[in-house]
Amino acid sequence: MAATNRLKENPKVSDAVLIMGTEVNKELLAQGGLLTPEAQQACANDLIICVKCASGAAALLDEAEALLSNRTASFRQSSELPPSIRSALRNHPDLNLVLISLGGSYASREAREALAAGMHVLLFSDNVALEDEIALKRYAVSHGLLLMGPGAGTALINGVGLGFANAVEKGEIGIVSAAGTGLQEVSTLISKNGAGVSQGIGTGGRDLSQPVGGLTFFQGLQALLADENTRVLVLISKPPDAQVTQQLLQTLGDPPKPVVLCLLGAKLPESSARNLHFARTLEECALTAVGLWKGSAVNMSAVLQEEEQHWQPVVEELRAKLDGCQRFLRALFSGGTLCYEAQSIWKELLSSPVYSNAPLSKENKLPDSNRSQGHSAHSAIDLGEEEFTRGRPHPMIDNSLRIQRLRQEAFDPHTAVIVLDVVLGYGAHADPAGELGTAIEQISSELRQNERTVVFIASVTGTQADPQNLQQSTQKLADSGVLVCSSNAQAARLAARFVEGRR
Amino acid sequence: MTDKLLKDLFDQKVQVLNLGLDSMAAALEQQGTVVERLDWQPPRKIMPNLMWTKDGISIDDANREACKRIVDSGAVLVGMGLARDMIPGMRADLILHAGPPVTWERMCGPTRGAIMGALIYEGLARDEKEAEALASSGDLQFEPCHHHQTVGPMAGIVSASMPVFIMENAAFGVRSYATLNEGLGKVLRYGAMGEEVYARLHWMRDVLYPTLARALDALPHGIDIKSLIAQALHMGDECHNRNRAGTSLFLRAISPTLVRTQRAAEDTARVIEFINGNDHFFLNLSMAAGKATLLAAEGVAGSTVLTTMARNGTDFGIRLASMPGEWFTAPAGEVKGLYLPGFSEKDANPDIGDSTVTETAGFGGFAMAAAPAITQFVGGSPEMALHTTLEMYEITQTEHRDFTIPALGFRGTPLGIDVRRVMESGILPQINTGIAHRLPGIGMVGAGILRAPQTCFEEAFTAFQKNFCEEKEKNT
Repeated sequence: MAATNRLKENPKVSDAVLIMGTEVNKELLAQGGLLTPEAQQACANDLIICVKCASGAAALLDEAEALLSNRTASFRQSSELPPSIRSALRNHPDLNLVLISLGGSYASREAREALAAGMHVLLFSDNVALEDEIALKRYAVSHGLLLMGPGAGTALINGVGLGFANAVEKGEIGIVSAAGTGLQEVSTLISKNGAGVSQGIGTGGRDLSQPVGGLTFFQGLQALLADENTRVLVLISKPPDAQVTQQLLQTLGDPPKPVVLCLLGAKLPESSARNLHFARTLEECALTAVGLWKGSAVNMSAVLQEEEQHWQPVVEELRAKLDGCQRFLRALFSGGTLCYEAQSIWKELLSSPVYSNAPLSKENKLPDSNRSQGHSAHSAIDLGEEEFTRGRPHPMIDNSLRIQRLRQEAFDPHTAVIVLDVVLGYGAHADPAGELGTAIEQISSELRQNERTVVFIASVTGTQADPQNLQQSTQKLADSGVLVCSSNAQAARLAARFVEGRR
Repeated sequence: MTDKLLKDLFDQKVQVLNLGLDSMAAALEQQGTVVERLDWQPPRKIMPNLMWTKDGISIDDANREACKRIVDSGAVLVGMGLARDMIPGMRADLILHAGPPVTWERMCGPTRGAIMGALIYEGLARDEKEAEALASSGDLQFEPCHHHQTVGPMAGIVSASMPVFIMENAAFGVRSYATLNEGLGKVLRYGAMGEEVYARLHWMRDVLYPTLARALDALPHGIDIKSLIAQALHMGDECHNRNRAGTSLFLRAISPTLVRTQRAAEDTARVIEFINGNDHFFLNLSMAAGKATLLAAEGVAGSTVLTTMARNGTDFGIRLASMPGEWFTAPAGEVKGLYLPGFSEKDANPDIGDSTVTETAGFGGFAMAAAPAITQFVGGSPEMALHTTLEMYEITQTEHRDFTIPALGFRGTPLGIDVRRVMESGILPQINTGIAHRLPGIGMVGAGILRAPQTCFEEAFTAFQKNFCEEKEKNT
């Protein structure tokens, strides 16, 4: 009866009946002139759907069937929280994305349940088995669902930041990134330079490896190429597997809309395609994308020149204060991609190698992640690596490990400059600039008592709209004597000027 | 399709379900995004995450297909006949029994009693002594009902000259069979013997069967039992241990034709009295209907959904849709229940019967929320009945389209027991059942509830994984 009334609400419908095919009911239909030859054939256990209308009968029959099968009931199991994904969906059928940050061994199963229930998934969790990642992604791709991760720290979907994400402007630049902080850095730089982001899809760091084959990356790429609200595309990754890179370039060809490809540290030939642009750094990537969106080409050498002019006096003044032993840089990162980007810049600018717990190539692997490379080389530590986060909060959430390490590096007589990344945004520490700034101020005053100077450089990844506020965070760091850069790439270049050419 | 769903996401407001760190949910709420949380509990056991077979079949898709077949199946009572004429492979020296295969040596008391009773009923033995000698002689074969598209409650004994219902699943071109229900108390299916038992069986064969068969023959479309189950679920039955509404509905459906086709008014009256006096008459129909629908799902490659759950009083056995020929068994469990006067737990035989076909097909114990009154028969409380059904949703693939539960907002019943979910959640299927005396020849002593044993699910999971998911082992 309820379904009948709903059908009758349609102005096209002059009469509608949903009724079992009993003899009595058929008589009723006959009296109303609704007993069609088909209805005449019905038995007592058949349901007769009869709609009288001028046109569109087929669609109305579909509607009637939908009404009959629609049992999204008002019933709630109880006031308690639901125990499983499927029961949560029962109570809240409008949910469309499951964010999973459970331990890796539990995460696969829940991701499977979410996908089976037709939900998109952001799998924040690390330590998901490779075969599980492949199985989950195969399922997601073949069912038109998006599975971001595992190990996807960041995503921006319809202006909502998931995981570690910043309050960036909404816009027309779409991002697919296999690097979490890469997505944060590029999206904030896009936002700071007057453009905005349509979607930011994080794929997880393993997606472009040979066994996974870029399942999510290619899916995201195709989706954004087809997306009307995306005019320019940005693709970000650490260097992928060679075969997958080939496949990616082949797929892209000369894409139908401008694409900026940033494979950090990868050697790519000059792009011959009109719509395909290569960027070497995250900064270049963001600026190129914004330029393409605005329709004005970006001149990177002008950017670099301006930067040099701005910092030259500071560099000269501070370099004079360093003693002969202080020849090396130390970098303490919370973002893995930022650590990688900085190393790829230093590789070109510095004559001696940078050692790291997450090096560009194996020969520069730090033997002991807890100790920088003594008096012989530069070092860059990624404090977000698993070895540091096991059983401890991530350095974007908790500054204590980084502060402890800052002190250790500052009092190393070989340290000339210390580079930091300060990542703002949802999910991050409430005031990282304040806490780190205070610690640096304290350390600097102790150094002064020993008549020493160490240069502190930081970049801030964030926006004005972030809960921590970009401007306030920058100010706090500057007030603490930190040289604050507008991008991680700039911070890396600035750091290089303090150590390169010193003997 | 691929682009469409993802594109839908781009057009929708993001609404998130958060599992894990609550800071993630808090960050979303800071942005004004809708976030729901779970009372997530770690799984009982971390099982390998089975998603694909080595042949590239998605297990979830296969399970969806298996359940779709069950739901799309019909179950219409189209007629009756004698077991030897109707049941495929049936013959005079074959006795069918409930549950997985079992030898005479390992058979429980009630099954032995029912077999001996059946031999006397068939005229193959004159008394219990002869019957026992014949049964243990090796001249007879014993096979599961389930190997012959048949289901039988409790001992589930079917012999050649017993009349059977013919249930047709026209959508998939399959038929299933079941004997007629004798009622409660001292009856063959509970292992009872004696003149009273044989006399009733003879009357059923000589009067009940032809009377019903004539009426059914006169009904051009038969009687849609699936539809009656759907209605009975709205009338307080779960169609396993409560069949009062189903029996009434059946009687209502057949009565006019019974009268119209009658040869003797007294016979008709006695048939109606018999059915009216046996609230469980509908059980054998609901079981056959369940079997007819489950047959459609047998052989769906890559599916981890159960198509069989059955007990013979010694073993509990299950079979998967993807491995219809293979039983996985565990010792049959002990039933917690309510006992008839003069009996107690120490008289009870372990769990027995094919009636778990109802739970497998998405009703019975799984639909307990529809049958709060049943707790007066099997024990427990209406709240427990409600929670049982809610819990079963966690181990099933889907919800039934046609069987719904008013008290749950007409939510479909939990359908398609997924062996993966059983193993991961540690939630075992709920079973409602009758209780037989452990000795042959006595009969029913009570009714109750229990959970299926875990080890057969574990074995099925492992076998599935080995057969369909692992290819590395072969190569290396």
